[in-house]
Amino acid sequence: MILTQDSTQIEVTIHVNGTPHAVKTDPCVTLLDLLRDHLQLTGSKKGCDHGQCGACTVLLDGKRVNSCLVLAISREGSSVTTIEGLGSIANLHPLQSAFIRHDALQCGYCTPGQICSAIGLMLEGHAKSHDEIREGMSGNLCRCGAYIGIVEAIEDVMESESSREENR
Amino acid sequence: MKRFRYMKAVSVREAIGIFAAEPGAALMAGGTNLVDLMKYDVSTPTVVVDINGLPLHDITEQPDGGLRLGALVSNADVAYDPRITERYPLLSSAILAGASGQLRNMATVGGNLLQRTRCSYFYDVQVPCNKREPGSGCPAKTGLNRGHAILGASPLCIATHPSDMCVALSALDATILVEGPRGVRSIPFSEFHRLPGESPERDTTLEPGEIILAVDLPLLPPSMGYSYLKIRDRLSYAFALVSVAVLIKIDDRIIQQAHLSLGSVAHKAWRDKDAETLLVGAAPVRAVFKRIADRLLDSAIAQEQNGFKIELAHRATVRCLEQAAAGTPQSQANKRIC
Ligand SMILES: Cc1cc2nc3c(=O)[nH]c(=O)nc-3n(C[C@H](O)[C@H](O)[C@H](O)COP(=O)(O)OP(=O)(O)OC[C@H]3O[C@@H](n4cnc5c(N)ncnc54)[C@H](O)[C@@H]3O)c2cc1C
Ligand code: FES
Ligand code: FES
Repeated sequence: MILTQDSTQIEVTIHVNGTPHAVKTDPCVTLLDLLRDHLQLTGSKKGCDHGQCGACTVLLDGKRVNSCLVLAISREGSSVTTIEGLGSIANLHPLQSAFIRHDALQCGYCTPGQICSAIGLMLEGHAKSHDEIREGMSGNLCRCGAYIGIVEAIEDVMESESSREENR
Repeated sequence: MKRFRYMKAVSVREAIGIFAAEPGAALMAGGTNLVDLMKYDVSTPTVVVDINGLPLHDITEQPDGGLRLGALVSNADVAYDPRITERYPLLSSAILAGASGQLRNMATVGGNLLQRTRCSYFYDVQVPCNKREPGSGCPAKTGLNRGHAILGASPLCIATHPSDMCVALSALDATILVEGPRGVRSIPFSEFHRLPGESPERDTTLEPGEIILAVDLPLLPPSMGYSYLKIRDRLSYAFALVSVAVLIKIDDRIIQQAHLSLGSVAHKAWRDKDAETLLVGAAPVRAVFKRIADRLLDSAIAQEQNGFKIELAHRATVRCLEQAAAGTPQSQANKRIC
């Protein structure tokens, strides 16, 4: 049993985008706050802090989750991928380029969460049709209403990945 | 959020020991409801006991041909497990109608059963709420009650249970396997959640210190029709106003067996087994479905703003029975209701 005393800081090691980070934190710190405030990785956004918008979506051990509802301390040893770990300006992730091509954003606030969620959706492999992608992405709200472009961008990347598979 | 101590339990016995001994302890599974309620100070545990290290992560075959779902299996892993999609498609459909991809990856079987109501007064610690603060009053009775209960409510509480998964489990006659300081016991689904009555602060019949180990699904007769129909204010990522789960067995145009449960209309998934017997031996036609919907809702009582839910539940019941009888269950991706 691991036990922390009242409001003592305890150390948690989390691998973020491939780099291990040992952080001393209070049990009440969420993964989102750990990323943003302790590691200065502010790509993941805090839209609602209650699981209702998806702006904080990251990949935790390969699965998309709302990082605002995860206590960081409970994820000792886990691996997190955030938008910062996906591509660089010189070498964008295919979904990042597709979002630009399809005009899948306006203000961009929801975009890091949308892209991490779309990667999770593709890894899950259950969404094939347009309707299934729309439904599978419903956990990511976009106040600018860029949904049409977002779904097109994901379909585009899914199609090019499956045609690459076929040519293999 | 109030400060708390954090513990990671390594065995079921240890988790029960802490949970039973510490009055301020809360168990944490996926955390999607607990952490949310802690952020609003609705839940103020002194100790959070993380149970994710317990060996309750498997779906296993049962000797009677049913399946056992470990309490810590994620909602997504249940919904997409081939044994569930083939043998219990109603459960898969209901889970996929709820929350979002992210939340279903985090949420667990046990946590889904014990999620609290979404009544906005329950969530607001500035106002009274008999469920949160017994004896303080119920502002929903005279306030915003558009989404509230139409069946089984009490003068003290008109909250609903918000789960989709539980509506399917109710129709499936699942049982809940729990363990507490006094040992292991099984609770039939219909006796697990309770009506608010005089003590709306209690959602379930769990005894102090009991934790959920698993949910058992019984073997079903082959080729049962099913449908899960969820009606809500937007097409996805929203709680139900009304939902209906149906399992139906029809041979030679005669209904042999029917299970029907309503969601988001009461403090628990609403099932009336006496009413279901009206269907047995009848033809699967709209007039018959209307009769059972009449019967199910004849004791419904509206609050000031939710009278529409009675008619909505009636129509959803008839439509869901038609979908199940026709072998055309509601799609959870294409939301058109046919
Ligand atoms: C924005 C949003 C939208 C949602 N939409 C829907 C929806 O449309 N439909 C729907 O059905 N649900 C919906 N949910 C609710 C979601 O399904 C629940 O939050 C989730 O199922 C809870 O599971 P968890 O494992 O995260 O539970 P936790 O938050 O970890 O726990 C919830 C409760 O269960 C207790 N608990 C957990 N496991 C056990 C156990 N094994 N034994 C004893 N006690 C236990 C905890 O102590 C706690 O009291 C939504 C949630 C959010 C945040
Ligand atoms: S910030 Fe986490 S879902 Fe909105
Ligand atoms: S681009 Fe502005 S919120 Fe989505």
